[in-house]
Amino acid sequence: MNRITAAALAGALFGLGLAVSGMTNPDKVLNFLDLAGRWDPSLALVMGGALAVTIPGYAWLHRRGAGWGGVALPPQPSTRIDVRLLAGSALFGIGWGIAGYCPGPALANLAHASLEPFVFVAALLAGSQLGRFATPRA
Amino acid sequence: MSTAFTPVSSLFGGALIGLAAVLLYAALGRIAGISGILASAIEQRAERGWKLAFLLAMIAAAGMWFALAGVAPRAGFPWPWLVAAGLLVGFGTRVGSGCTSGHGVCGLARLSRRSLVAVAMFMGSGFATVFVLRHVLGMLA
Repeated sequence: MNRITAAALAGALFGLGLAVSGMTNPDKVLNFLDLAGRWDPSLALVMGGALAVTIPGYAWLHRRGAGWGGVALPPQPSTRIDVRLLAGSALFGIGWGIAGYCPGPALANLAHASLEPFVFVAALLAGSQLGRFATPRA
Repeated sequence: MSTAFTPVSSLFGGALIGLAAVLLYAALGRIAGISGILASAIEQRAERGWKLAFLLAMIAAAGMWFALAGVAPRAGFPWPWLVAAGLLVGFGTRVGSGCTSGHGVCGLARLSRRSLVAVAMFMGSGFATVFVLRHVLGMLA
């Protein structure tokens, strides 16, 4: 399977998973984050279902030492905990808690003939550029 | 608006997301982090092909499900808040090097300490934000 085909298949599975799981419904996301109100625990199961596959799947590939056809696996993750990681993640969570979209579901919602996800994604791209230039990597 | 607890479809959909991430890891040796794939697809020529294929297929597959299952988009969310949220998500995922997929689904499975901290931060601030907006200020509910 060539790279483009594999990536398209992975993207299709990812998008289907987002939609089937309810992760693309921003109201469901906001209700998951609303512990004190109309709490909908579904999204914990989305994360749980995903990790139930990625944890053994990655462990299997790490044991093999390479991907299919000898593809190199990414280097060990960095262990550096810095202000960028903490502040960036905290700000991301605030935006997530306001509108109920994280990047994947926001993009998936572009499939709707609706203006809302286009406005959100345009703002997301602008914010990403601000982040790219506002704080150069140390 | 309240939403129903959907344990079966959420678990199944989550497993599909995990399968997608393992496939991308095995076939390309890449992390399925959407914020990173999106930013680098725009900014870097190299490797653009597979990234666009992944993102477009993701949108198309979600759209197919919306059509088959009759899912309607949300409407009526106030735009100033939508724009503010988009800016924060774009800025935060860039500075924090990842989002729900990269740090959550992939990073946790790679047993990355950085990702564990990132997930704790964005989940914590997400819970806090909704609490303040809905239960302190009584907004956007």
